[in-house]
Amino acid sequence: MTDMSYLDGNMLDAPLRELFAVDLSGAVGRCENCGAVGPMGTLRVYSHAPGLIGRCPSCAQVMLRFVRSPNWARLDLRGTTFLQVPMPLDQPHPGPI
Amino acid sequence: MLSAGPTPKVPLDSWEFVITTETGAEYRWSWSELMALPQETPRVDIHCVTRWSKLGTTWQGVSLDTLLDGIDTDAAYVLAHSYGGYTTNLPLDDLRGGRAWVAHTFEGGDLPAEHGGPARLLVPHLYFWKSAKWVRGLRLLSADQPGFWETAGYHDYGDPWREQRYQGD
Ligand SMILES: [Zn+2]
Repeated sequence: MTDMSYLDGNMLDAPLRELFAVDLSGAVGRCENCGAVGPMGTLRVYSHAPGLIGRCPSCAQVMLRFVRSPNWARLDLRGTTFLQVPMPLDQPHPGPI
Repeated sequence: MLSAGPTPKVPLDSWEFVITTETGAEYRWSWSELMALPQETPRVDIHCVTRWSKLGTTWQGVSLDTLLDGIDTDAAYVLAHSYGGYTTNLPLDDLRGGRAWVAHTFEGGDLPAEHGGPARLLVPHLYFWKSAKWVRGLRLLSADQPGFWETAGYHDYGDPWREQRYQGD
């Protein structure tokens, strides 16, 4: 099925930069549904403004939901088993994610 | 086009609509059974959470009053669920009183898949994310259970006149 209604996962960098002290463009995630592991930048992002949905490129299950209200941001990561961010020990700790 | 995922393609010969009560009783309609029920043509304004509204849209579908008629329930809430996995929660009372439909026709034509066809929930007095596209059924519940967007921070009720977009609004 061809479906061009989604956006490239790299578009998540800007919205999530508000929330995370680390750069998520290099983050790797694991899909809870199918076990696929890959860069978060490869998620298929559906924009249901004012929310964003990131779906696994392998199985299309939801791995990430992000809602930004005027007063808060909520990141729902049900569907993601883990997020792994580059964080070498010999560099200054970038702070908690 | 605002969408939460890929557009599901649901063949009419396998389409069904199921209402499940809080005791587990199931009521099912096939496509032809839905079409054989009394049809209504509501002309309504719809309100999207992004602040646009569309005035005077014309639909055709079956009233939830008709579908709920004769179903024995003490439920106060509904979790609507869709082909493709989407869910959204509403109070059961908001589906009654001539205010909600399972709609299959928009402006005189079949409801296109990208707009929720073959059939979507139509609850125009609430924000449009409550009008679940590709609706597959309703679960009648004693306690409110937040749906796909509501667990991510959207409002549990979603009254456009009170601008209930987010939890806390
Ligand atoms: Zn997957």
